[in-house]
Amino acid sequence: MIWQFDLLILTLIVICAIGALSMKDLLSAAIIFGIYSFLMCLLWAEMGAVDVAFTEASVGAGVSTILFIGAILGTSRRSKD
Amino acid sequence: MKRLQEHFEVHDPNLNLIIQTSIRILVPFVQLFGLYVIVHGHYSPGGGFQGGVILGASFILMGVGYDLKKSMELFPEAWNIAMANLGTTIFVGTGLVCAAAGGLFLDYGALSNWIGIEPAAWRSLGIFAVEAGVGFTVTSVMLSLFWDLSSRGELDGGL
Repeated sequence: MIWQFDLLILTLIVICAIGALSMKDLLSAAIIFGIYSFLMCLLWAEMGAVDVAFTEASVGAGVSTILFIGAILGTSRRSKD
Repeated sequence: MKRLQEHFEVHDPNLNLIIQTSIRILVPFVQLFGLYVIVHGHYSPGGGFQGGVILGASFILMGVGYDLKKSMELFPEAWNIAMANLGTTIFVGTGLVCAAAGGLFLDYGALSNWIGIEPAAWRSLGIFAVEAGVGFTVTSVMLSLFWDLSSRGELDGGL
């Protein structure tokens, strides 16, 4: 564990999380959520949990982004309020 | 190359030639990597779940690049259901065979009562069978999740 890496990745994770929550456009939020998952994967790998990192990379960044995009297809572009 | 362009023009002008060609080149490598992750699950990071997700992602990639109809043509729904059930049956069947051989559920070492290989070798083989079962099930469930989500449960179009 190198604390400089930890601090850098954690800062980027928090920025990505706030960005995904505050984004109006759902597609942008889904893509930023994919970036969040990849950073989370880097953090797991850096902490030595390679198996969890593998799962995070394949499920969190790969499949769940596609599932989010598939679900976003069922929504309309603009909200009414 | 001309024949390939004609092939795509006949099918649907909206579908993109570059994306489809690159997906067709990429998918075999993704599938090979998924199978590698499943098979090496008991030596290295990875295993049935992760490899199954990567295998399922390769089929999802084809569904994204082409359309739902082509995706269901390449991997029919009946095969999908059969594969999910086969994986679950392999998992539970391995556990029940171990229980029948005199051990606990999923206690692979007990299989050496029937066939006289040492228990350590049986544990390696047993964990491989379980990983393969998990991989089959996760592959088909990921693909059917994608089908259902992208077509809102109708399985007739979308994405």
